[in-house]
Amino acid sequence: MKLNNDIVFAAIKRQFPDAVLDHSEPHGMLTLETTREQIIPMLVFVKNDPELQVNFLTSLCGIHYPQNTDKELGIVYHLHSFLHNFRFRIKVFFPINDPVIPTATTVWPTANWMERETYDFYGVLFTGHPNLKRILNVEDLDVFPMRKEYRLEDGTRTDKDDRFFGRDGHVGREFD
Amino acid sequence: MPDGYGGEGFFATSLSKAIGLARANSIWPLPFATSCCGIEFMATMGTNYDLARFGMERLSFSPRQADLLMVMGTIAKKMGPVLKQVYTQMAEPKWVIAVGACASSGGIFDTYSVLQGIDKVIPVDVYVPGCPPRPEQIIDGVMKIQELVKNEPLRRRFSPEYQHLLDKYQIG
Repeated sequence: MKLNNDIVFAAIKRQFPDAVLDHSEPHGMLTLETTREQIIPMLVFVKNDPELQVNFLTSLCGIHYPQNTDKELGIVYHLHSFLHNFRFRIKVFFPINDPVIPTATTVWPTANWMERETYDFYGVLFTGHPNLKRILNVEDLDVFPMRKEYRLEDGTRTDKDDRFFGRDGHVGREFD
Repeated sequence: MPDGYGGEGFFATSLSKAIGLARANSIWPLPFATSCCGIEFMATMGTNYDLARFGMERLSFSPRQADLLMVMGTIAKKMGPVLKQVYTQMAEPKWVIAVGACASSGGIFDTYSVLQGIDKVIPVDVYVPGCPPRPEQIIDGVMKIQELVKNEPLRRRFSPEYQHLLDKYQIG
């Protein structure tokens, strides 16, 4: 049987009637939102369900929406079923002052480096992660640079006239 | 040829100039290529542009035997200490050329993760602009280095000014 958005959504909704907060299909891709309490059971379910067999975690990444109060930080799981050639997304949002979510390494070991990267750039703490430390940035970096409150530009740059290079106070400063 | 006094079968000049001449025409470069400028350097090494014409057919892929550090490409901040270590491993006398906008100033990568010019961590003798520079420009930079090498006094590396320069970078 070929999977489609309706079948997958119905299956997840049947299993987790209260945990699917939101769903949409941007560009035809099923996108669900759930809570951090239910994310790991949901991943386990879609992986092990004989009908779905979503056996591959394509990508895991963070995102920061400063304007969404109490849902500033998010994690996006891109999932793929090799058997059915079907993809969809699950999103989880939580407050920035409580950036904690259970690790997905218990479901897919491949989440290890992705979660380290998300920690590196967004400061999300994955409880149960075996080795949660910076992976790409310099070890002594004291910020989580992809959070919007940090400027993209390097402050030590001396050869640029700010008036001509988009550094005059509006680009990247929407959230200051 | 340097200034000197020549006649039938002999040529007299200062020791400093004779050594400078020998050094300038047998520079062993160490390519430190991290991105597209490195590709241009490969063209510079190749037959069309032929860096060997300048006594550089022997690229040194070890810093221990290299005279000229050629930094070509974006240097991330995480790479900074590595670059500095490579520089300190080179024996004196040594020269550095920053090839391309990224090595010279960070280039378009005005961002938290990129070193805004390698002169933040090591002293640089010649900057080659361009994004990436053409092989002709790299050769021009190399010839500028050769001029520096030819004219450098033998005692420069022992001078307090040079020590001050290294101290500024916390080297040696």
